[in-house]
Amino acid sequence: MGAVQHSGADARLDEARRRVEADTRRRRRQLLAPTLIVIGVFGLFPLTITLIYSFLSPGVYGGVTWEFSTDAYVQFLFERDIFDDTLSFSGTYLSIYGRSIGLAFGATVGALLIGFPTAYFIASKPPSQRNFWLFLITLPFWTNLLIRTYAVLLIIRDEGIVNLSLQSIGLIDQPLTILYTDFAVFLGLIYSYLPFMVLPLYASLEKLDFRLVEAAYDLYATRFQVLRHVIVPMAKPGIVAGCILVFIPGLGAYITPELLGGGKELMIGNLIALQFGGSRNWPFGSAAALILMVVVMMSLIVYVRYAGKEGNSHG
Amino acid sequence: MTLKRSIPALVAASFMLATPALAEGELNIYNWGNYTSPELIEKFEEKYDIEVNLDGYDSNETMLAKVREGNTGYDIVVPGDSTVKIMIEQGMLAEIKPNEMENFGNMDPKWVDVWWDPGRNYSVPWQWGTTSFTVDTEVFGGDINTLALMFDPPEELKGRINMLNDMHDVINAGLRYKGYDRCNSNTDELRDVTELLINAKQYWRTMDYSTIEKLTSNDVDLSQNWNGAAMRARAQRPTLQYAYPVEGFTGWMDNVAVLKDAPNMENAKLFVNFIMEPENAALISNFARYANGIKGSEAFMDEEMLSAPEIVMPADAPTPDFVKPCSQEVTDMYNKIWTKLKQ
Amino acid sequence: MAEPRRKMKDLRKQPGFDFMAWFCIVFLYAPIVVLIIFSFNDNRSVVRWTEFSLRWYYAAFDNEGIRNATIVSLKVAAVSTLFATTFATMAALATTRTPPFRGQMLSYAIINQPLMIPEIVTAVATLSFFSIIKQLTGVTGIGYLMLAHTVFCIPFAYMPIRARLEDMNLTLEQAAADLYATPIQVFRKVTMPLLAPGIVAGGMLAFVVSLDDVIITLMVAGPGETTLPVYILGQIRRGITPEINAVSTLLLLLSIVLVSAFFTLGNKKK
Repeated sequence: MGAVQHSGADARLDEARRRVEADTRRRRRQLLAPTLIVIGVFGLFPLTITLIYSFLSPGVYGGVTWEFSTDAYVQFLFERDIFDDTLSFSGTYLSIYGRSIGLAFGATVGALLIGFPTAYFIASKPPSQRNFWLFLITLPFWTNLLIRTYAVLLIIRDEGIVNLSLQSIGLIDQPLTILYTDFAVFLGLIYSYLPFMVLPLYASLEKLDFRLVEAAYDLYATRFQVLRHVIVPMAKPGIVAGCILVFIPGLGAYITPELLGGGKELMIGNLIALQFGGSRNWPFGSAAALILMVVVMMSLIVYVRYAGKEGNSHG
Repeated sequence: MTLKRSIPALVAASFMLATPALAEGELNIYNWGNYTSPELIEKFEEKYDIEVNLDGYDSNETMLAKVREGNTGYDIVVPGDSTVKIMIEQGMLAEIKPNEMENFGNMDPKWVDVWWDPGRNYSVPWQWGTTSFTVDTEVFGGDINTLALMFDPPEELKGRINMLNDMHDVINAGLRYKGYDRCNSNTDELRDVTELLINAKQYWRTMDYSTIEKLTSNDVDLSQNWNGAAMRARAQRPTLQYAYPVEGFTGWMDNVAVLKDAPNMENAKLFVNFIMEPENAALISNFARYANGIKGSEAFMDEEMLSAPEIVMPADAPTPDFVKPCSQEVTDMYNKIWTKLKQ
Repeated sequence: MAEPRRKMKDLRKQPGFDFMAWFCIVFLYAPIVVLIIFSFNDNRSVVRWTEFSLRWYYAAFDNEGIRNATIVSLKVAAVSTLFATTFATMAALATTRTPPFRGQMLSYAIINQPLMIPEIVTAVATLSFFSIIKQLTGVTGIGYLMLAHTVFCIPFAYMPIRARLEDMNLTLEQAAADLYATPIQVFRKVTMPLLAPGIVAGGMLAFVVSLDDVIITLMVAGPGETTLPVYILGQIRRGITPEINAVSTLLLLLSIVLVSAFFTLGNKKK
C-alpha cells in the first residue's frame, strides 16, 4: 500500500516536472518565433540565394547564368594567369582579407580601450543621470555616417584642426600626414562603431553590484586587481557582445575606408561590392562573401568559447 | 498576452503602410543623384498635372541591378551610353520610338545615329560630357594637355593626384597613354598597362569620386574629372584648368529611357517628348552644368556655360572617345588588373 | 545611508577611466562640432570656410528631395526599431537564463545571421527575393524597406538586451511569483524594469543603425522611398552640398528635443 502511494506521488511529481518543462519549451518557442520567422525568411532566404549564386557562372553584364561552376572559389586562392592561362596560387585576395581583418581587429581593440572606461564611467553615475550619458553617446549617430566621416576628414586634414593646433603649440613643424593612411581608416572605424561597443558594455556593467567591489577592497585588493578579478569578469557578456558588434561590421565596412583611406587599397567590403558593380562577377562576389562569413563564424566560435572559459575560471 | 496580442496588430499596421499599386497621374523617375533640375520637374508637373517621384542612384550598376531584378516601380531611368546598349540587348527598355515624337526634330543630328541606340528607338539625350582631368596651373606651369601628368608626373605633382575610383576610367586612360585600343584583350599590351598603373600608383594620393571636394580642399592639385565637375571646382579654385590630352579622352552621354515594365508608360512618353524642347533641355543643363543634345537650347542657357572652356572644346582637341561596353573576357582581365592595382 | 555611499563612490573610481570617458566624448563630438559650424558656412564647399550665413538652412527647407528623404528616414527607423526591439527582447528572454536547450546554438546563429554577411550581398539577395514576392503578390510599398531594416536591426537590439539579461538575478522574479503574482504581472512589474536599461540601449542602437543604413536601402527602396543616406550617397559624384550639414544639424536638434521631452514626461510620471 505504502509503496503504491509513494510511486503515485513520484509519478505526479514527474508529471508536474514534465508539464513545467513542456511549458518552458512552449513559451520559448513563442518568444523566439517572431525573430526566427523574420530572420529565417528574410535573412536565410537571401543567404541561400547567395550560396546558389556562388556556384553559378557570371552573366553577361552582371547577374548570373544558370551554369554550375566552382570557378568563384578557385579564383579566390588561385589565379588563372591573365597572360598564359596557367593556374597558380595567388595571395591577392588573401592579402586583402588579411589587411581588413587586421584593421577591424585593431579598431575593435581601440574601441574596447575607449569604450570600456566610458561605459564604466556611465554605469558609476547616479541612475538618474545614466540615460542622459547614454543619449550623449548615441547623439552623434543621428547624423549620417558619410557626413560624419567628412567631418572627421576635415579635422585630420593636412591643414585640419589637429595639425594646426599641433603646429601652433610648436610640437611639429611640418603637418602630419594622417588623412589617406591606414591610421585614418583605423580612427574612422573606431569612430563609426564606438557606440556599438559602449552600449552593450553599459548594459552589462550597469547591473554591477558595487558592494562586490567594496568587498574586494576590504580584502585589500588593489584597484587593478578589482578591475581584473571583479569588474571585467562581470562585464564579460558585454565585452563579447560589443566586440562582435564592432568587429563584424568593421570587417565589411567600405565607406569609411574609401573616404579616409583614399580608396587606393581594397578592403573586403569594397572587393565584394565591386563584384556586384563594375566587375560584373556576382558569383565571385557571393563566394567572397560566404568565405568572409565562414571566417567570421569560426572566429566567433573560437572567441565565444575562449571568452566563456575565461569567465568560468574567474568564477 | 499583451505582447502576443499586439504583434499581429503591428504586423497588420506595417502592411497597411505598404500601399498597393500607384495611382494614375504619377511618374517615377530614377536618375543619378543631384542631377535633375527641380525647376524642370515642377514645370512638367504643372503642364501635365502629373505628380513626379524623383529618386537618385549612385552608379549605373546600382540602377542596372535593380532593374534586372524587375518590379522596381520606376518608369524612367537615365543610363549612360554603354549601359543603354546593355539594357536594350537585355530587353529591359521599352521601345518608345522617340524618333516619331513631336519634338524629335530638335535633337542635334549628330546624336541620332549613335552606336548605343541607332536611330533613337529607345532613348533621347539627357546630357553629355567628357572625362579628362583638371590641373592647378599655378602648381604646374607646363603643357597640361598630356596624360603623362597622371602616369609619369613632374616633381610638383607627385603625391598630389586623385584618380577616379573607376576601373574603366583608369584603365582606359592607361591604354590611351600607351597608344593601345580600348576593350583590349591583347595580353602583352595589358601587361604593359598593368605595369604602368602599378608604377604610377605611388604618385597618386587618392582614388575617389568626390573630385570637387578633393580639389577645392587642396588635398590634391590634379584630379581625373568630368567636365561639369571641373567647371564647378574652378568656380572655387580659379587656377584650375581642364585638360584635353592629345592622347585622347573619354566622352559619355547619359540618356533618358523608359523601362519595359513602367507602370506609367504614357506619362513617361510625355516626359521624353517634354525634355526634347529646347527651353526644357536648357533647364537640365543650367542645373547640372553639362551640355545637352538639343538644338536651340543655347538660347536659354546661362551665359557662363556658353563660354566655359570645359564645355566648349578647343578646335584642336581630339574627338571624345565614346567607349563601347567590353566583352566579359575583357572585363575579367580588367578586373584582375584592377584588383592587383588596389591590392 | 549617506556615509557609506560616499565611500562607495570613491571606490568606484578606476585610475584613468574618467579621463578616457571624457576623451571619448571629445572624440565623438569634435566632428559634430565641425559639422555644425560648417552648416552655417556661406559657401558651396563643405571643406572651406568663408563666412556665416543661414542660406543652407533655407535651401534645405526649400529642397523637396531632402525633406522627403528625412521624413522617410525617420519613419522607417521608427517602425523598424519598434519591431526589431520587440522581437529582440522576446528572443533574448527565450535564449537566456535557461539551461542549454536543443537548437540553442542554431538560434544564436540565426539571430546574428544578418550581421555575418556584408551588406552589399544581403542587399542584392534581398532585392531578388522581394522582387519575386512583388511579382507574386502585386503588393508594393515602403513595407518592404521597413521589413529589411527590421531584419538587420534585430541583432543590434538583441546584443545589449541579452548582455543585460545574462546572469540577471532570478530571486526577485521568484519572490514575486511566490507572492502569487501572475506571470504577466511578474514580467511587467519585475522583469521589464530590470531589463529596461538593456532595452533602451538596444532600441537606441537599432534606431541609429536603421537611420544610417545605406547599401541595403539603396537596393530595396522603391519610388519615393529615398532615405537621407541614400540621397547623400547619390550626391557623392556631383559634390555634396552643405544643405546636408544643415539637415544633419536639424536632426541633432530634433533628437535633443525628442529625448528631452521623453525624459521630462518620464520624470513627471514618477
